[in-house]
Amino acid sequence: MTKFIIRRLLQTIPVLIGVSILVFSLMYLIPGDPAQMIAGEAASPQTVEQIREKLGLNEPPPKQYLKYMSNIIQGDLGNSIRSGRPVADEIKARFWVTVELSFYATILAVFIGLIAGIVSAVKHYTWSDVTIMIVALFGLSMPNFWFGLMLIQWFAIGSWMPDWMPQMRASGWGDDWKQVILPVVTLGTGGAAIIARMTRASMLEVVGQDYIRTARAKGMGERVVIYRHALKNALIPVITVVGLEFGGFLGGAVLTETIFAINGMGRLTIDAIRTRDFPIVQGTVLIISFLFVFVNLLVDISYRLLNKRIDLN
Amino acid sequence: METDLLKVEDLRTSFYTDEGEVKAVDGVSFILPKGKTLGIVGESGSGKSITALSILNLLASNGKIVGGEINFKGKNLLSFSDKEMREIRGNAISMIFQEPMTSLNPVFTVGQQISESIIKHQKLSKKEANIRSIELLKLVGIPSPDKRVKQYPYELSGGMRQRVMIAIALACNPEMLIADEPTTALDVTIQAQILGLIRGLQTRFGMSVIMITHDLGVVAETCDFVAVMYAGQVVEYSDIFTLFEEPKHPYTIGLMNSLPRHDVEIEKLEPIRGNVPNPKEMPTGCRFSPRCPAATDLCRREMPELLKDDDGNDVRCWIYSEKWEGEAEVTVYGEKRIAKGHGSETILSD
Ligand SMILES: Nc1ncnc2c1ncn2[C@@H]1O[C@H](COP(=O)(O)OP(=O)(O)O)[C@@H](O)[C@H]1O
Ligand SMILES: [Mg+2]
Repeated sequence: MTKFIIRRLLQTIPVLIGVSILVFSLMYLIPGDPAQMIAGEAASPQTVEQIREKLGLNEPPPKQYLKYMSNIIQGDLGNSIRSGRPVADEIKARFWVTVELSFYATILAVFIGLIAGIVSAVKHYTWSDVTIMIVALFGLSMPNFWFGLMLIQWFAIGSWMPDWMPQMRASGWGDDWKQVILPVVTLGTGGAAIIARMTRASMLEVVGQDYIRTARAKGMGERVVIYRHALKNALIPVITVVGLEFGGFLGGAVLTETIFAINGMGRLTIDAIRTRDFPIVQGTVLIISFLFVFVNLLVDISYRLLNKRIDLN
Repeated sequence: METDLLKVEDLRTSFYTDEGEVKAVDGVSFILPKGKTLGIVGESGSGKSITALSILNLLASNGKIVGGEINFKGKNLLSFSDKEMREIRGNAISMIFQEPMTSLNPVFTVGQQISESIIKHQKLSKKEANIRSIELLKLVGIPSPDKRVKQYPYELSGGMRQRVMIAIALACNPEMLIADEPTTALDVTIQAQILGLIRGLQTRFGMSVIMITHDLGVVAETCDFVAVMYAGQVVEYSDIFTLFEEPKHPYTIGLMNSLPRHDVEIEKLEPIRGNVPNPKEMPTGCRFSPRCPAATDLCRREMPELLKDDDGNDVRCWIYSEKWEGEAEVTVYGEKRIAKGHGSETILSD
């Protein structure tokens, strides 16, 4: 097992290097001269040259990359062009907002997804199963930005707005927990649908296994058979999906944060793209990618740990 | 009557599939006297497992018992409620399965899986149940049981897992054990050990056993009574001596003739020609008639009843009925015999 973890850790190194090269090349993948674009069309050649100098764009790309990497390793992601503050500080301020949003969305997705999936599997081919699966299909196919806008329309500015649902403020993620509800629902719904479908499929497969018959042959009641014997096995593949969903939410938060004006990493990225603040874009994409790789690694290891018992059948 | 622990009468179990009703079990009758071993033999697909699962009402959700009686200690199990059946399962009647590799739950320890049953049926505490689990593991011949009790199934070999299954089955001192091909999936050397273990435990605890197998050799070694199954039906039921001395049904005779024996010399083994019928398109008349060397128009037209004689031996074959005209010649181990008149005086004379 330790061997597996070490091997898996080593495997992430090329991935991280690849990600960093991609992120670094972002600036070159975009057509046109980055310095010119940052400065704007009307800028004087001196200003453009200054920016180029400031970003080190005159050096050969491999050298720039190495410098970039050595800075990253020291925790230096460069400075924001607009604010002049270190990118690392800008991100730090937003990082936990996004993680928190993703975390709540994951909890919501797990809670609703598991219940719906179990009910669907236990009552499969009945109308409750069919209803749940149709709703899940909607949840899965609804684009986040549309769903978010609809929620705002219905609950925040529409006439159906319940009294306790606070108006979204421009400052977004505030100190009022109720403000969390709509963004979390927006972000988590797709995940809930995926987890529901996964749980259902996994439960249905497990329920047909020989050891379930053994449990019944021992005289166990239906409840024990389903919630003790079947569920524990069925959850193993679901846990993987939950981990991946959490990783996906971190990236997917971009749209949700924009719609609900939440000051997270996603919003930071979008704003930076709009203002051509390249170091910030690079920094956020890099951090989200690294986080994603890290979450995947954890999922992989935990799956392996859980699956050890099952694998060697 | 007091001595019959289990009496199954004309059991019928069907599955409802997209392609229609599959009559997996369609006329099974047998008796298991207390403390004895009944063998159920038959080719794969003949309905042995479904018969066993019907007894405990453990059928898949598309399966249903559509007829017959299963009398256990004089009470028809088919009239029991779900709750009453749960009290029987794993308690008075336990079952072990063909596939030891997949029959244990991979996410629970051996100890948890044995204890579960004990806690439910004998109302022992977790701690007491664990002590009992270790005793049971020792009983089924698992070395260092106090270590094994904490292990997960993946840490055990197939033979060990089947021993654990037996320990689970024995946990509540059942009156009856159903063993569904308990050794088919195991290596030959392990097979003998497991069979020996079951036999030893049976004599020690006076259990009654249903031993399901496709192997007449296993039957010869372990059983007191035998039910031979073909295409969902019992075609012959008798005590072990009668079965091997005077097999009556042409199918049983066919099975015997394809079995090597060290006590009888024979030039060559004769496998039964043809194939087992598909349960979706059963032949009309006797189900064995398309493969039977003695079949007549009557056999192909009408299904024979299970005929009972005074010694409690049954056969489902027209040859032994009043309706049969003339005589039928059968070859048992290269020896020609005349089969005729079940119920009348002559049964298999030379
Ligand atoms: N769940 C099921 N659905 C439909 N048919 C089934 C099902 N289970 C068993 N059968 C049918 O029942 C017949 C008898 O099966 P089984 O009792 O397992 O045979 P065996 O004698 O090998 O144990 C087979 O022909 C099989 O096709
Ligand atoms: Mg079988």
